Amino acid sequence: MSDQNRYELNKNLAQMLKGGVIMDVTTPEQAKIAEAAGAAAVMALERIPADIRSAGGVSRMSDPKMIKGIQDAVSIPVMAKCRIGHFAEAQILQAIEIDYIDESEVLSPADDVFHINKRDFEVPFVCGAKDLGEALRRIEEGASMIRTKGEPGTGDIVQAVRHMRLMNQEIARISSLREDELFNRAKELLVSYELVRYVHDHKKLPVVNFAAGGVATPADAALMMQLGAEGVFVGSGIFKSGNPAKRAAAIVQAVTNYTDAKLIAKLSEDLGEAMVGINEQEIALLMAERGK
Amino acid sequence: MSNKLPQEKKLQIGVLAVQGAFIEHEHILESLGADVFEIRQLRDLNRPIDGLVLPGGESTVQGKLLRDLGLFEPLKNRIQEGLPVLATCAGAILLAEKIAGETKTHFATLPATVRRNAYGRQLGSFFTENEVTHIGKVPQTFIRAPYFESVGNDVEVLSRTATTNKHSNKNPNATTDESNNTTTKQIVAVKYKNQIALSFHPELNNDTSIHQYFLKLIS
Repeated sequence: MSDQNRYELNKNLAQMLKGGVIMDVTTPEQAKIAEAAGAAAVMALERIPADIRSAGGVSRMSDPKMIKGIQDAVSIPVMAKCRIGHFAEAQILQAIEIDYIDESEVLSPADDVFHINKRDFEVPFVCGAKDLGEALRRIEEGASMIRTKGEPGTGDIVQAVRHMRLMNQEIARISSLREDELFNRAKELLVSYELVRYVHDHKKLPVVNFAAGGVATPADAALMMQLGAEGVFVGSGIFKSGNPAKRAAAIVQAVTNYTDAKLIAKLSEDLGEAMVGINEQEIALLMAERGK
Repeated sequence: MSNKLPQEKKLQIGVLAVQGAFIEHEHILESLGADVFEIRQLRDLNRPIDGLVLPGGESTVQGKLLRDLGLFEPLKNRIQEGLPVLATCAGAILLAEKIAGETKTHFATLPATVRRNAYGRQLGSFFTENEVTHIGKVPQTFIRAPYFESVGNDVEVLSRTATTNKHSNKNPNATTDESNNTTTKQIVAVKYKNQIALSFHPELNNDTSIHQYFLKLIS
């Protein structure tokens, strides 16, 4: 199979996830709860971002045995994270036939200059981005799906909103440029002319774009969808809350009917305690600043 | 020459839009001249509908949302009453009477047994081109796709395809024909009365022939 075919198939899988919610899970039991609640995929990891944040120290790829346990527990796609630039971790995840690799700033970066050459892999990659330049650089490296970075493990939506708005503004700006101005824009963004040209012509990224980082409530999910996200990752927000199954199902429905405020009002009732959360100003470690 | 239908016959096609790749179907149907609307909740069914599209996505998610949003019974009734349906991938799983290895089913209006993730995980996904009865050669994109293990007597098999991917699971029940070294082909497209079900994704390629066929059957 040609590499181009493989890349298309990997972008296609992200298309199938659209309108869905991808949930962080740490055990097969949580994975089953997530699947039953309507998760379109699960992200298998040893510790959810909120716990990584409070534990501190170096955070790495999860134990493959733990990931396999989750693969066996559910029928939906299973994703897992590797450290930025850690292509050996990515090779391991490919070897256990993971459905999507998240080269993630949530883990401690393994390389402070180079990201993984994702074109070398057959399995697909999703990467975080806080602006259009980062998104296109990851796509250039072979990512077949993008998500906002947000600020993981905080339950604070402000950064995801900032990243999504910024990306949309930059896409709108490129769309309005004259054709002869695109070459310089490519130079400024440190990406190829072809990618900038695609954004100019289609007014969107060439891959699916999800929201991630700080989504904790059905209203957060609806906000991100109305800002143009094609689906939502929920990390700590579900299993750090009072009633994970109910909250998860409510967020799933809110993503489907994200403009129906009446329905979302009903979905938001009696969800129990939301994750406690930390405000942007109280954070000691800005994960979104990892990997540019 | 235009592929569009004449104006006076504008078909009303509802696309299930609770999760998955529904926009891709909408773009193709619109390009063929149909009036397309999204079905996200019960009130979306309060209008005339000539045909229904069940898109790809995750069947577990779609099945749950159909029930949570009160769409399940009304749509099932319409399908049983003869509403034409085009179902792709997850949609085909929603239609199947039996899902291999699972007890749960969804609409269960199509006499067939479908196996989910039949080619394995994403590494088993593949692209090929193959004949579909009544239509001809079409591009076929399989994403963590199901196939039909068996179909009822009245079900017409429209296409059989062998995987082109070395990573794909091979059918454990299949016997390889050693004499001419051909791989076993799986049933990937079927038609039963008002229902067309495909395990691949015609909405992911530029080829519109399957959607054209669907619209022609309705009109």
